[in-house]
Amino acid sequence: MHEEIIISGFGGQGALFAGQLLAYAGMEEGKHVTWIPSYGPEMRGGTAHCTVVISDDPVGSPLVRHPSAVIALNLPSLDKYEGLVKPRGLLIYNSSLIQRPVYRTDLRVIPVPANDISVEETARVSENGMGDARLANVVTLGTLVQATGIVRLETVEAALRAHLPQRHLRWLEPNLAALRRGALVVAERVVAY
Amino acid sequence: MAKELWKGNEAMAEAALRAGVEAYFGYPITPQTELLEYMAREMPKRGRVFLQAESELGAINMLYGAACGGVRCMSSSSSPGISLMTEGLSYIAGTEVPVVLVDIMRGGPGLGNIQPSQGDYFQMTKSLGHGDANALVFAPSSVQEAVDMVYNAFDLAEKYRCVVVILGDGMIGQMMEPVEMPPERPPLTEEQRPDWALRGAKGRPPRILTSLNLTAEGLERANQRIQARLAEIRKNEVRWEEEMTADADLLLVAFGTVGRICKSALRLARQAGYRVGLFRPITVWPFPEQRLHELAGQVRGILVVEMNAGQMLLDVKAAVAGRAPVRFYGRLGGVVPLPDEIAEQVASLAASLPGDGYRPARNGHQGVAPVVASAAVKA
Amino acid sequence: MSTDLSQYEVVYRRPEALTEVYTHYCPGCTHGLIHRLVAEAIDELGIRERTIAVAPVGCAVFAYNYFNVDGCEAPHGRAPAMATGLKRTQPDKIVFTYQGDGDLAAIGTNEIIHAALRGENLTVIFVNNANYGMTGGQMAPTTLAGMVTTSSPYGRDPHLAGYPMRVAELISVLPGAAYVVRRSVHDVANVNKTKAAIKTAFMVQMEGLGLSLVEVLSSCPTNWHMTPVEALRWIEDAMVPVFPLGDYKVAEAVVPLTKRTRAAR
Repeated sequence: MHEEIIISGFGGQGALFAGQLLAYAGMEEGKHVTWIPSYGPEMRGGTAHCTVVISDDPVGSPLVRHPSAVIALNLPSLDKYEGLVKPRGLLIYNSSLIQRPVYRTDLRVIPVPANDISVEETARVSENGMGDARLANVVTLGTLVQATGIVRLETVEAALRAHLPQRHLRWLEPNLAALRRGALVVAERVVAY
Repeated sequence: MAKELWKGNEAMAEAALRAGVEAYFGYPITPQTELLEYMAREMPKRGRVFLQAESELGAINMLYGAACGGVRCMSSSSSPGISLMTEGLSYIAGTEVPVVLVDIMRGGPGLGNIQPSQGDYFQMTKSLGHGDANALVFAPSSVQEAVDMVYNAFDLAEKYRCVVVILGDGMIGQMMEPVEMPPERPPLTEEQRPDWALRGAKGRPPRILTSLNLTAEGLERANQRIQARLAEIRKNEVRWEEEMTADADLLLVAFGTVGRICKSALRLARQAGYRVGLFRPITVWPFPEQRLHELAGQVRGILVVEMNAGQMLLDVKAAVAGRAPVRFYGRLGGVVPLPDEIAEQVASLAASLPGDGYRPARNGHQGVAPVVASAAVKA
Repeated sequence: MSTDLSQYEVVYRRPEALTEVYTHYCPGCTHGLIHRLVAEAIDELGIRERTIAVAPVGCAVFAYNYFNVDGCEAPHGRAPAMATGLKRTQPDKIVFTYQGDGDLAAIGTNEIIHAALRGENLTVIFVNNANYGMTGGQMAPTTLAGMVTTSSPYGRDPHLAGYPMRVAELISVLPGAAYVVRRSVHDVANVNKTKAAIKTAFMVQMEGLGLSLVEVLSSCPTNWHMTPVEALRWIEDAMVPVFPLGDYKVAEAVVPLTKRTRAAR
């Protein structure tokens, strides 16, 4: 097993944290993992992305040109990475924010209404009943894990419990729910290539 | 002990803490700043010294002062900051006091950018500023290796009374990998301080630490003493890694993170039938020239890959000494060479070799095909 | 014929904090005198065995050979940074720098300003002789307007080469500085005042009150092309008007210390 995943979105959408969760889970399952972020000025306001490599073997390059899977949390990310995914690779995109169709015909494509799911899950615990899109990253991570089987969903759940920052603890249950909702999407919307 | 996921910069800081570092002086510069920030958080908790200096000049000279007291101390910076530090490094080397320095290289020259680079190779391996001074320079290719290097650096610096440099790049600094942290060691006790340390001349004659030596003969003797220690380092501390060299007739040579990227390239090239091996210097000073010289007699061609314009290349050529053709592939300005392009360079090198041409044991297709045959999307 | 010395009282001797060597300073130069004042202060305070000296680049580059304490040699201008590293890691020691005007006021301006800003517990002896002595009398930041040096052969023109830097005034406005004074050694009364100030400066460090800096106007007969006596007179006539003597910063906590050193005289 050797998977190379890029998770990309606006700064603030949590692409880097979703990647860390994946790396933690991979490590917990005894895999070799690397996580490397984009860093520098582009983190502020532009797109932020990270590359996660999970492998049965020691990881050579932590950077990849052609990832085996991509999560695009916004349109610029889809524009940037659609052409780079390996043939027969996986493309997950946030259909709440991305209306355009995917052009590649040699990919497994899963649209996920990640913002909408996040709004539903956060609304359950928010004081004023209003939800927000902050868990879109975790929703799509659930989809990725379910669709690829890179790691088990429970391992990601454990990683969330262990690594969600203390100040965000009240968002743990919504995070777990968002993760599971993301996983369910796979069963609902399998798009064959 | 269980592995934990660590970011390179923070992992190196933690490793230094566990090695008993007593003082850290630094100045913020991307992409090493997380190391400084980690020290700012953690050193005061253990009652140790953290100080953000007014410049890298200030930082290196604070380090110099602390080192003169026989204190375990370190600093870290990135390329432009290292340029400023070279003044102090030369003095430190000339005074023969031990310090540990982490250089997380970024693109240059000038302000350059903050992406990974290996452009400080000359600066760190050929001379520390002016005069004949060398540091013991380690080039980590993984976060774990960086941790182990930092952890052991203090003992080596004290043993040889020299500067030990951990020469990483933005990739090592920023990436996260599983790490097994070494155990915590207590800081030095007063009795363990070296017998040259400035601790106040209580009940003994004063000690003087200086790099100044106005007589030519005196300075030559000091230099010879330094060179003798460097010769000991050359004898004892040379380290490298080899992968699949046993049957190799082509050889990749790369250090640091490029070394690990070359491991991926090696797999691609091997899949395409090329009998290629990898030689990765772990110490870049001293350079593992002897082993490379041996390997050069076994292979038909050598490809050096670096994130600079060909700096280690000179050391490779000197070690190879004409025993095999040496070709260079470098990316500049913070561009990281990826496995597929390196594998293509291997194929290109093989095709260029004299004789009947190189025929890899491949089935059907030509060379190393790019993983995606231009899957460009027309939007 | 031998003399029995036991019947005599010793009224003057080499301070323990000075080594028994000849200095390399030029005849008539007052560096040696200032060294002695520093050494006397160290002896009187009983801190010799825990004092560490940081020498500069400049005429005093060999100061570590003359003070009978642990010593080291800083890169040009960096003595305050090096001293910071020593003092922060050995706060029980007394660390002082001895710097000239090229070292402290030109190449090392950054280091002294930030050491003062941080309130480093250091003592700085700053010797101002209005030129670069060691390298043969070039223009320093402290060179007076119109003054001829080997690198201002037509006289220092402030419009081209800047104005003399007043270090004591500059450092005194920084909050971390506890004690900043300017003194001179051109006559006996001023030598005594300088001694008291240097002693106070060390006491400030012993009490942990922040940075103490004593600027001392000092003569350079060789590069000024004067006799030693003329040079001392030139300090008074030419330098003092530009670099007024006085106390520029005496933090509240330092005031009792100055009273003690004054009473001791």
